[in-house]
Amino acid sequence: MASRGIRDRVAIIGMGCTKFGELWDKGIDDLLTDAATEAAASAGVSIHDIDAFWLGTMTSAVSGVTLSRPLKLDYKPVTRVENFCATGSEAFRNACYAVASGAYDTAMAIGVEKLKDTGYSGLTGIRAVGDGTDPGLSSPAAFSFLAPSYAHKYGVEKAEMKEVMSRIAFKNHQNGARNPRAQFQKEISMETITKAPLVAGELGVFDCSGVSDGAAAAIICRVEDAHRYCDNPLYVKALSFVAGPAAGPIDPGYDYTTFPEVVRSAEDAYQQAGVTDPRAQLAMAEVHDCFTPTELVLMEDMGFATRGTAWKEVLAGTFDRDGELPVNPDGGLKSFGHPIGASGLRMLFECWLQLRGQAPADRQIATVGQGRTLGLTHNLGGAPGECVSFVGIVGSELGD
Amino acid sequence: MSAGIVTWGAYLPYWRLQRAAIALVLGAGPGKGSRAVASYDEDTTTLGVEAGRRALALGPVAPQDLLFSTPAPGYLDKSSATTVHAALGLDRSCAAYDFCGSSRSALGTLLLALQGSAARRSLAVVSDLRTGLAGSAEERDSGDGAVAFLCGADDVVAELIGRGASSDEFLDRWRVPGEADSHVWEERFGEEIYVPLAREAFADALKDAGITESDVDHAIVSGLHPRAVRAVTGGLGVSPDALAPDLVGSVGNLGAAQAGLALADVLERARPGQVIVVLSLADGADALVLRTTDALTDAQAAQRAAGVPTVAEQVASGRTDLSYAAFLSWRGQLHREPPRRPDPERPGAPIVHRSGAWKYAFAASRCLVCGFRHLPPTRVCLECRSMDQMQPERLADVRGTVATFTLDHLAFSLSPPVVGVIVDFDGGGRYRCEMTDVSAPELAIGSRVEMTFRRIYTAQGVHNYFWKARPVQGPTSASDPASEGK
Repeated sequence: MASRGIRDRVAIIGMGCTKFGELWDKGIDDLLTDAATEAAASAGVSIHDIDAFWLGTMTSAVSGVTLSRPLKLDYKPVTRVENFCATGSEAFRNACYAVASGAYDTAMAIGVEKLKDTGYSGLTGIRAVGDGTDPGLSSPAAFSFLAPSYAHKYGVEKAEMKEVMSRIAFKNHQNGARNPRAQFQKEISMETITKAPLVAGELGVFDCSGVSDGAAAAIICRVEDAHRYCDNPLYVKALSFVAGPAAGPIDPGYDYTTFPEVVRSAEDAYQQAGVTDPRAQLAMAEVHDCFTPTELVLMEDMGFATRGTAWKEVLAGTFDRDGELPVNPDGGLKSFGHPIGASGLRMLFECWLQLRGQAPADRQIATVGQGRTLGLTHNLGGAPGECVSFVGIVGSELGD
Repeated sequence: MSAGIVTWGAYLPYWRLQRAAIALVLGAGPGKGSRAVASYDEDTTTLGVEAGRRALALGPVAPQDLLFSTPAPGYLDKSSATTVHAALGLDRSCAAYDFCGSSRSALGTLLLALQGSAARRSLAVVSDLRTGLAGSAEERDSGDGAVAFLCGADDVVAELIGRGASSDEFLDRWRVPGEADSHVWEERFGEEIYVPLAREAFADALKDAGITESDVDHAIVSGLHPRAVRAVTGGLGVSPDALAPDLVGSVGNLGAAQAGLALADVLERARPGQVIVVLSLADGADALVLRTTDALTDAQAAQRAAGVPTVAEQVASGRTDLSYAAFLSWRGQLHREPPRRPDPERPGAPIVHRSGAWKYAFAASRCLVCGFRHLPPTRVCLECRSMDQMQPERLADVRGTVATFTLDHLAFSLSPPVVGVIVDFDGGGRYRCEMTDVSAPELAIGSRVEMTFRRIYTAQGVHNYFWKARPVQGPTSASDPASEGK
């Protein structure tokens, strides 16, 4: 078994990202057109110069024609990708491999989701004919299992646990408040977050990510070609993706305090990128904070905090924008919003801005100026104990 | 020894509606007592399954015929008996018949099972769920529940020693197919007709059994016409001590299942060698005379040991804080705004048929190589990755422990929030499912649960049946599978 990775073989030369939110006046065609156009402009290329496309969307559309029709692409390969909430990262990963293989010179990974046209609350999922035995729990309910289990295992009092969760939402809202592309650009007080109506278990409204519309795109080429397009590209250091055996819901040994899939994909990504101390080496991390307890557990699964201590680190501000390791400086799923297929690429977009020093001054993270060059994106789909997980690492320097 | 009843089981749902709760809303005088209410996720089929499980709780003796009777079937054309059959995990060779429509079929079903019991073991299941218009006597005084009797030739606890019947065509209570509520004629008319019919059937049954009124130790009179039942009971001529309580005050009149509920209650209290008469008024009258045997004492003890709650225990328990608004919502009489979520999808017939052992019988698969249990059944073992080395294992009667839980305020339900639990089963295996018949303070990591067969939802005219967890009912005892070393 081998996972060799393609460190420093492909580079991101342009990116685009729409504003996320309840975009009543934008259709999926508009979102795709806007994100693709911005990405192409930032790379200084025409959309029609790109050789191949990977389109990620979970529920908004099917087939490559979803992209080729609005952009009027001239008989180019367009692959539609779906992999739960990690769809956007999966589109990116496959586009990278296509370029690394030499099959194409340039490729675009683009992700989109149009969730607000359904009229429903929350995610509605992909509906196949079933035998009617699957318990129809909502996503917040599936993730809410984490909170009491974590608190029980590490002896965190119920009120303290609620404070930890609220603190994560508070931080991500603070970050999103400074981000003009975020869905929720407003700071929310700890009290408002803590007292919000419950959605599932201990999760209140503010413990859940924003249901939103949006699109994001990246253009990649081989590393040796990157400087023809761009003075400061981002180099792809690691791409790891795993699907687990979905053991959690059927294995009494699973205790709902970890995502084994995340642990595996993080280990693999660190090995590919040569990262040995992620907390010290990474300049930032964009992680899949679909619900606040998810972000808490991820801090331990990805080695940012030792087991049983992430809740203290959260309260201490370790992962704040000005903390030791900024996590979700763009506001995360919580505040930036979560249009499924776009989210993985939105995370990369924040690395694109921050690692290259292009974030506005009021939200540029300090770690980049301190010489850290690596950014991590983590994107998962499914539910605790039965998920797919992506961990990618990009960097602003070759060889680092 | 002749044939007769071998085991019995009664199921009263968890919920009680206080009659005062109806009166409070409708502005009528203060009501007394309560009625049993099937939960939002129960129907006559699921009630019947629960009664059938209790009748079969003792043992390895499986029925050869299943006879299911209800005036309120889940389907027309399609059998509900096969659903009960599947949920009880009965053998494919066991026949399954429906006797639906009139309440009288209920006692007819028990009679058929009894009369055939010398040749074939039959499980007679009778179930009823009664609603009535808001403010009606039917709504106030009826109740929901089910009973089951396994009849056969061995280990008989009560043998049939006589019967009588009388029939007449008259209009007392009726409902056109599709209607939810019954119509009744002026009750004085029905009383005039019923009383002589009941007297004739009763006299014929005593004569058939070769006994007199003074030989009767337990007399049960049931029917949906209270005036007629009172008049008949008063003139029965048996000792007043022999009259069985009708239970209407606390759980309501169970309609088709009322006679059976009273019979189950009597069987739980009777002594060997006693005579029981069941007299049922329903478009005519039927009388059965049973004599209990020496095997009754052992059967009563075995039921207790198996943790099967008695009728008396079920009558005395029950959750009494059901609001009238919730009752009306569950019965479709109050149309509440649904959550902004997609309507559930009807299950697909082929996939349901493929997964029948799982969906209906709650059969997991156990790896023959390493022993790991999988819910739902799978071909590849999670633990040792062996392929196709599985044997099915029914877990419907295996208890478990709550590993963790949540309250889901977003998911679709007729009675939000949905309670989601992770259950670790005694002897291995984990499953994530809904929990029902539970109050929030009872929910805790480590709570003990058992499985119950429910109607999860109905979509596009298709009922979706499956299992949920509920708090362990009745006494926990040495029969808990956890202590059997499974």
